[in-house]
Amino acid sequence: MTLDELKLNETVEIVAINCDNILKNRLYSFGITKGVIVTIEGLTLTKSTIEIKVNQSKIALRLSEASKIEVKYAN
Amino acid sequence: MQTNVITIALVGQPNVGKSMLINSLSNARLKVGNFSGVTVAKEEVFLEYKNYQIQIIDLPGAYSLNNYTLEEKVTKEFLDNSPYDIILNVLDSTNLQRNLLLTSELLALDKKMIIALNMSDEAEKESIFIDEIQLSKILGKPCIKTSAAKKIGIKNLLDEIVNKFENEKLPTKLFFSDVIEEEIETIIKLLNECNYKTNQTYRQLAIKLLKEDKQTYKLFSEDPIWIKLQPILNEAFKHLYIHFGTKNIEDIFNDEKFAFAKGAVTETVKQDSSKEKTLTEKFDSFLIHKFFGLPIFLFLMWGLFQLTFEIGNIPMDLIDAFFASIINNTKQILGENQLSSIIGDGIIAGVGSVILFLPNIVILFFGIALLETTGYMSRVAFLLDGFFHKFGLHGKSFIPLVTGFGCSVPAYMAARTLKNEKDRLLTLFIIGFMSCGARLPIYVLFVGAFFGEHNAGNVLFLIYICGAILGLFAAKILKIVVFKSEDEPFVMEMPKYRLPSFKLIWHTVSNQAMMYLKKAGTYILAASLLIWFASNYPKHLDIEESFNKKIELTTNEEEKLNLQNELSLYNLENSYLGYIGKFSEPLFRPLGFDWKMSVALETGLAAKEIVVSTLSILYGLGGENDETSDSLIEKIKNNIPFASAMSFIVFIMIYLPCLAASMVFVKEAGNWKYLWYLFIFTTSTAWIMSFFTYNITKLLIS
Repeated sequence: MTLDELKLNETVEIVAINCDNILKNRLYSFGITKGVIVTIEGLTLTKSTIEIKVNQSKIALRLSEASKIEVKYAN
Repeated sequence: MQTNVITIALVGQPNVGKSMLINSLSNARLKVGNFSGVTVAKEEVFLEYKNYQIQIIDLPGAYSLNNYTLEEKVTKEFLDNSPYDIILNVLDSTNLQRNLLLTSELLALDKKMIIALNMSDEAEKESIFIDEIQLSKILGKPCIKTSAAKKIGIKNLLDEIVNKFENEKLPTKLFFSDVIEEEIETIIKLLNECNYKTNQTYRQLAIKLLKEDKQTYKLFSEDPIWIKLQPILNEAFKHLYIHFGTKNIEDIFNDEKFAFAKGAVTETVKQDSSKEKTLTEKFDSFLIHKFFGLPIFLFLMWGLFQLTFEIGNIPMDLIDAFFASIINNTKQILGENQLSSIIGDGIIAGVGSVILFLPNIVILFFGIALLETTGYMSRVAFLLDGFFHKFGLHGKSFIPLVTGFGCSVPAYMAARTLKNEKDRLLTLFIIGFMSCGARLPIYVLFVGAFFGEHNAGNVLFLIYICGAILGLFAAKILKIVVFKSEDEPFVMEMPKYRLPSFKLIWHTVSNQAMMYLKKAGTYILAASLLIWFASNYPKHLDIEESFNKKIELTTNEEEKLNLQNELSLYNLENSYLGYIGKFSEPLFRPLGFDWKMSVALETGLAAKEIVVSTLSILYGLGGENDETSDSLIEKIKNNIPFASAMSFIVFIMIYLPCLAASMVFVKEAGNWKYLWYLFIFTTSTAWIMSFFTYNITKLLIS
């Protein structure tokens, strides 16, 4: 399952990030990395961009970027 | 006697209130925004404290030091290579864990460092309690709670700076896991043995080597020590790969940093985890709502333009009357001669017509500053990215584009936030389509002349929207034809909503207004004089004489007036300006422009405000004996046909911004040839669009 398949308000844990180092570092500097819990906070009408909550920060991502983030439902 | 200078490097992630902190330290003039990259330029502040001269360098906001954005590159470059005494790391207390990621990277630099836990008042409100003493112990650096907004902890911070400067540096406490520490030890030992000379510490170098930092490798590969270092590094990497189960060294160090930050937070932060929605979440639930988000944004923009026109118009009549009376008084005092004409019709009319629009400009800039400082801008980027992406633009392009509504100069500079070169060039090319504040006077003038009071705001809004939409299509075409490229990923923070600080908005708006007035006082003053001269010379004395004789001979008053009009018209048409206008008129005739409008467009290449001054001088001189009122709007209304006016607005909307903006464009685009492309691109688009507008309007009204 990847981050772009989720619905609004779902909470998941990040399992892996599959992309080049540049983007991975960028995501990392926002605190988006393996083992982190994220919540989907917003979706645009055209489903092209999502807003996620990581700890206390809110980050906007394009869906094409979100599809590179593997997640699972947290227990 | 000020000999002791303390240099401070101010580092922090975006939106942690860094610039605000600097402001509360010394009341420096600085712009603070909620969007990443407001302080791209290096800002320095000087203050005196306890016999020390403290120099603070405000480095651009960086989420990390890994060279992703230009800001991060600038910050890393400075921290690595420039001289400074102390790093002042500013953290957002309400978002400590993510902020500590940067801190851990700074700790690796192994410099004297102070940590400011900023926004501590907000953290308390959100029931986040930080044990700063414990945190100081963990980080090995003094942590001080501050609130730049409430001016809390500022004095403590200054005391600590002096204290830190006077004392020896303590060893840094950034510890990695044992596996990495072991390898660091081995490398340090080798450097010690070889007595390697460097201005960095051995530990620093060792960490950089393990992190595969390219610059450090470049440094070492030119040194004989490299031969001894290489096998040790090989061994070290082998160990790490086995231990962490990955060959990606960045992943290894990122995990280390993350564990460090998380550990520090668990040990020092107590948070009452309330499920209650924060204020920001409540706002977001409708401001970035699936259906309502965009309409709300459009409504806000519409409201801004309505305000710009409605409120801006109130003092306009006063200012207009004020300058008209000055012109009259000057002429009365000096009499009708060359001097009174140059002062009245040249200087005062030219500069006055620019000052006339100051209220409009101030309101527009106020609105943009408000959007910027509250944090709403990033939401709009989020809302618009999907839409923008379809046109080949990046959601981040929105910021330079909206800034373009204010002034193209900062807009071109704001495009730096785009990392991808082609994305940036594309944005640079279409910024001009966003009508800047300087074009506003022309629109206000024409809209005021040709549309009713109650419609003016709507028409103004329409002009701006049309320009923006046209820009989007231009972007699509350019993206397909010229700037084909990979898309830059869209990953952006949505900062908390913050109440705008009145002081900061005031700074921004008053700075912009001053810049506008300065332009009116220098550039436009000079241009007005030039235009006045070009429209009054050369003199045709023989013709004037023959006209004067005719005027003397006629007894009929009406005939006299007609002759006088004919004379001034003749003089104008045969002035230097007339020659230029006449020469270029054939080019513009298909668009419905007379030679006066053509000249106005050409002088507008220098600055858009001059278009209004030129029109005011040209129509002012030509119709001096007109029986109608002397307001500029009336003159425009009586002299320009409706279709030509519409076509003129369209041309103004599209063609090249001012000279100053063009220079900045060259600087940001990086090559002169782009300006040439831009000129051809915008002028031909403007011509074609105006041509259509003129002919369609003519068809519609006939």
